[in-house]
Amino acid sequence: MIATAERVTQRFHPVSAPDYLPVHLLRDLQLGRLQATVRRAFDNVELVRQRMKAQGLRPEDIQSLDDLPRLPFTVKADLRDTYPYGLFACPLSDVVRLHASSGTTGKPIVVAYTQDDLNVWTSVMARALASYGIHRGDIFQNAHGYGLFTGGLGFHYGLEALGATVIPISGGNTDRQVMIMKDFKVTSICATPSYFVHMLERASEMGVDVRELPLRAGGFGSEPWSESMRRHIEAAAGIKAYDCYGLTEITGPGVGAECWFQRGPHIFEDHFYPEVIDPETGRNVPDGVEGELVITTLSKQAMPMIRFRTRDITALEPESCACGRTLRRIRRIGRRSDDMLIIRGVNVYPSQIETALLAVEGTLPHYQIILTREKGLDQMEVQVEVTAEVFGDRIRALVDLSEKLTRAMEHALGLRVNVSLIEPHTLQRSEGKAKRVIDRRMES
Amino acid sequence: MKIQQLSLFLENQPGQIVKPCRLLAGEGINIRTLSVADTKQFGILRMIVSDWQRAAQLLKDAGYVVNVTEVVAIEVPDKPGGLASLLQVLENSPVNVEYMYSFPSGRRETAVMIFRFDQPDAAIKLLQSAGISVVSSVEVYNRAEQ
Repeated sequence: MIATAERVTQRFHPVSAPDYLPVHLLRDLQLGRLQATVRRAFDNVELVRQRMKAQGLRPEDIQSLDDLPRLPFTVKADLRDTYPYGLFACPLSDVVRLHASSGTTGKPIVVAYTQDDLNVWTSVMARALASYGIHRGDIFQNAHGYGLFTGGLGFHYGLEALGATVIPISGGNTDRQVMIMKDFKVTSICATPSYFVHMLERASEMGVDVRELPLRAGGFGSEPWSESMRRHIEAAAGIKAYDCYGLTEITGPGVGAECWFQRGPHIFEDHFYPEVIDPETGRNVPDGVEGELVITTLSKQAMPMIRFRTRDITALEPESCACGRTLRRIRRIGRRSDDMLIIRGVNVYPSQIETALLAVEGTLPHYQIILTREKGLDQMEVQVEVTAEVFGDRIRALVDLSEKLTRAMEHALGLRVNVSLIEPHTLQRSEGKAKRVIDRRMES
Repeated sequence: MKIQQLSLFLENQPGQIVKPCRLLAGEGINIRTLSVADTKQFGILRMIVSDWQRAAQLLKDAGYVVNVTEVVAIEVPDKPGGLASLLQVLENSPVNVEYMYSFPSGRRETAVMIFRFDQPDAAIKLLQSAGISVVSSVEVYNRAEQ
């Protein structure tokens, strides 16, 4: 009964109306908005104007959505090179909010929003949350960081617009997160998947069984997480775990969101137009074929993005979704082109390792990959924390486990892997994006 | 009849064993006996302690993975053939000894061995019917205090 009720609310939540636009109207809307965006960027952003001129392109050359691939790409480096305000398409006085991405090396990248931009962002976040079945009356724990990171405030405004009750707890202080989840009778939550796994582990140590709490749904994102990690989270927390897709350069969270059927995020393409390209050649690939996701913003005022290369590897799903949304879906992001490790000439993605690990035991979510170089040869060590579920008093069982993990990973990667079982709580816990790879190859 | 043994996962590195020992010492918990099984990379510390429930909780709170296993303490005559005569009882049964280690019995003529059987109940039954004395948990905890 509850499941049915949730499904009905989910399908017919009023904020979700634009998700069901007839396709021909959606395409008309997209074209009109695309033409306005290209015009705006050409007129106001030096970099876009120069690049279009270099290709002999004028805004009026964009006559249909099929002309989109003629436009030049924008890449992350463009935001760094024009730091901080170089890509703004409006006077600073029209900008009501700035966010910045965590720059791991050097300067961060800065993004700007006009009031209209914030309204659009709020509306897509409300639609994302509605597609997770969240509504007025839900008590929502927002464990994304508040501040320059887009996660916290993005969810916050969407939740308020939807009429849900927001707990703006932000990231960190895990014991308090668990206490509040229990005492406030939290029904839904958002966090990075790795931080949520840490919360579950802490809850269990504190004697709190999250499966017994009213918590029933979570929106997770801002780092790649595998389908096996989803199953682990759903079983350990007794919830439905939905993918939330987004990136700072485009708006933050709310670029796409999964529906009840959890078959990859629907892109809110009335505002964000998706393409998939071959990352090597830059050419568009057919639906269903994997490549790099490229997004063009269709309504952004302060900082329009023309064909932004996300570095996320995915495919546009050719089949329509049983939920009835006309919005296209992307395959869940399993990897990013810049996550790729080249180990002894073999391409390896951390997500392949995660999948192999969880396939063996299903209960080993804390791991780290350490790369070193010995005598010129790359070595990969995967450190895996031992959990109470897999630990017994027999040495043989642990040796078997270690061998099973080694075989699973070597099979998945085609590479020699050294598995180390390590004590719990040895690996650093992140309150945001998890650091899975430590590359020491250049140190030796 | 059965005794609760605590097992701890430890990485095989210098200084790893002292930490849990120090923790229990600070709480006034006595380690009656222990044994370490090790591989190149990790080990398992197995212990019989004076207050296993409190010890298990303390260790869990300190972040250790703790496993509680039921083991059996058996009195063995401290003379040639003592252990062999005991093991003979199990020889033709399906019961398997996973591992064993000794325990300070506090007596001259007998030793106490801790056994981990794959089927502890079946083992106890066989041993008792052969007249071998299985030491109760209270006795085990008290003996070394004498």
